[in-house]
Amino acid sequence: MRSTGRSLGSLVAVAAAAVTLAACSSQGGAQGGGGASGKSYTIAMVTHEAPGDTFWDKIRNGAEQAAKDHGITLKYSNDPDAGNQATLVQNAVSSKVDGIATTLPTPAAIGPAAQKAVQAGIPVVAFNAGKDAYKQYGAGMYFGSDEDLAGQTVGTKIVQQSPGGKTVCVIQEQGQVQLEGRCAGVKKTDPSSEVLYVNGRDLPSVQQTIGAKLQQDRSITDVVTLGADIALAAQKAVADSGSQAKIATFDLNADVAQQIQNGGINFSVDQQPYVQGYMAVTALWLNLTNGNDIGGGGPVLTGPSIVDQSNIGPIVAYTKNNTR
Amino acid sequence: MARTLGRPEVGALVAAIAIFCFFYAIAPPFRTLPAIATVLYSSSTIGIVAVGVALLMIGGEFDLSAGVSVISAALAAAMITFQFSLNMWVGVIVSLVVALAIGFINGYLVMRTGIPSFLITLSTFFVLQGLNLGVTKLVTGTVATPNVSQLDGFGSAHAIFASDVNLGFATVKVTVLWWLLFVVVGTWLLLRTRTGNWITASGGNQASARAVGVPVPKVKIGLFMGVAFLAWFLGMHLLFNFNTVQSGLGVGNEFIYIIASVVGGALLTGGYGSAVGSALGAVIFGMTTQGIVYAGWDPNWFKTFLGVMLLMAVLVNLYVKNYAAGRK
Repeated sequence: MRSTGRSLGSLVAVAAAAVTLAACSSQGGAQGGGGASGKSYTIAMVTHEAPGDTFWDKIRNGAEQAAKDHGITLKYSNDPDAGNQATLVQNAVSSKVDGIATTLPTPAAIGPAAQKAVQAGIPVVAFNAGKDAYKQYGAGMYFGSDEDLAGQTVGTKIVQQSPGGKTVCVIQEQGQVQLEGRCAGVKKTDPSSEVLYVNGRDLPSVQQTIGAKLQQDRSITDVVTLGADIALAAQKAVADSGSQAKIATFDLNADVAQQIQNGGINFSVDQQPYVQGYMAVTALWLNLTNGNDIGGGGPVLTGPSIVDQSNIGPIVAYTKNNTR
Repeated sequence: MARTLGRPEVGALVAAIAIFCFFYAIAPPFRTLPAIATVLYSSSTIGIVAVGVALLMIGGEFDLSAGVSVISAALAAAMITFQFSLNMWVGVIVSLVVALAIGFINGYLVMRTGIPSFLITLSTFFVLQGLNLGVTKLVTGTVATPNVSQLDGFGSAHAIFASDVNLGFATVKVTVLWWLLFVVVGTWLLLRTRTGNWITASGGNQASARAVGVPVPKVKIGLFMGVAFLAWFLGMHLLFNFNTVQSGLGVGNEFIYIIASVVGGALLTGGYGSAVGSALGAVIFGMTTQGIVYAGWDPNWFKTFLGVMLLMAVLVNLYVKNYAAGRK
């Protein structure tokens, strides 16, 4: 059955190609005078991804899907070190790509390189990090979440659910601006919250340290984690320490989605990384082919999008596709 | 008396007791049994690999790939079993073979080329980091392994590598017991067997060790494989505790293993140290990390506290050692 379908399909394709060829006019017509439509663009995407993180994998999947959809050659590169990331942006400028999508986690370090790209006539789109600084360096658009707003959303929801409780906000990389921003946002709407630093590269130690905190302060009612894998380690810590604390987390993965559905994790705030990657590339493509500008002069927010038991149903499948 | 005081781990023991008393005094939650269990768990996940690293350092070599090969082993086990829908134990065995091969390659290259192990294992560290990421992405399409908790054999593997053990008065992670076993085996190997003498001799002076007939290449390759075996063990704990492994983890832990060994009295130059010392070093590190949380200190200063505590531990260590040397 399957092979019949395939051969039928190829027959149709061959026929269509033949018709197309025969129908083509060798000169004149709209196709002949085409401007940009026939050109294939090369877009560079530069991020501060630390290799091997599922969150960034989704951004990259989104970008690659967009490149495929629009016939773009995508050059992806990344370095968690700000200075090295700036060099990567510079490399993209030197290799004369048609557009650059970059994150701005440390605007002062990476911004100037982005600005050089703009000066060289290469359109730049910022995404994921740098919402408050992207305009300053001449980037045309921004796609990402507002960390402060996302944090506040989490804080509000927690206070509604367990008024008078106590929250601990777990940061897996001390001093990282975006992560600190999220916990600062939580603190604005949930003043009881306090920060706990853990080593995100070592999951057993994450579990141990959260466990220690729960033993130290028995009054903790809520744990906020800033990454999907950290949420699962926190869940182990809560179970081990016999605490009743509920877990809210940033970001999603298949296991977290499953846990939300089963009630093991309270809720997640998703900033939709797939959308960030997809839109950054698509926006550049629209700008190059059609002169578009998205966002009305302001940042386009891809989050916070709250995922809890009420809306998790279809999302479970998307997390398995690694797109949500 | 002088002989006891001259042991490599005595300084670390005094430092560990001092730090324990310190946190016992200032942090009330630290005095409870569950807190001690958490500290021991924390120490065990450092200490298991540190035993091997300490023996290797006594043998005069470094292994910078130890932190990342923990993840390599866990990834190998998870992907092989999931992709081919095999019994979990097949993955456990295959990943052991993979880990031992990594250890063998490290040792073989060091002995064959004569290049310092610092550089050889630094290369392995980078190679493995890339492989962890690249192979995982190729096989699974993502950068993390699938959840393996539904596979056959997961339950028994979980029981061996990641279960909770009720000792009657407290519940501890099974890794704590394994860690104690590895420390005992390491100590026995070092102090009671001919291999132990060979290890110390190879690390003290390789040329003269060779001259008196110590099979230096065999000893050192064996030591690298020992580290790889323990890294594999921790990798299995990681996999069966968390059901899934992300490929970018583990970086930086190689230094924590080395720190635990050095705090425990092993010399960076080789030829001197002990397995018990590495365990005490792991306890000092684990106790300080969790103790700061139990004490409820301002987390912004966490790393500073950690640094000061470690420095004090090493100073006490040095003081005791000098005192012992003076009494001789």
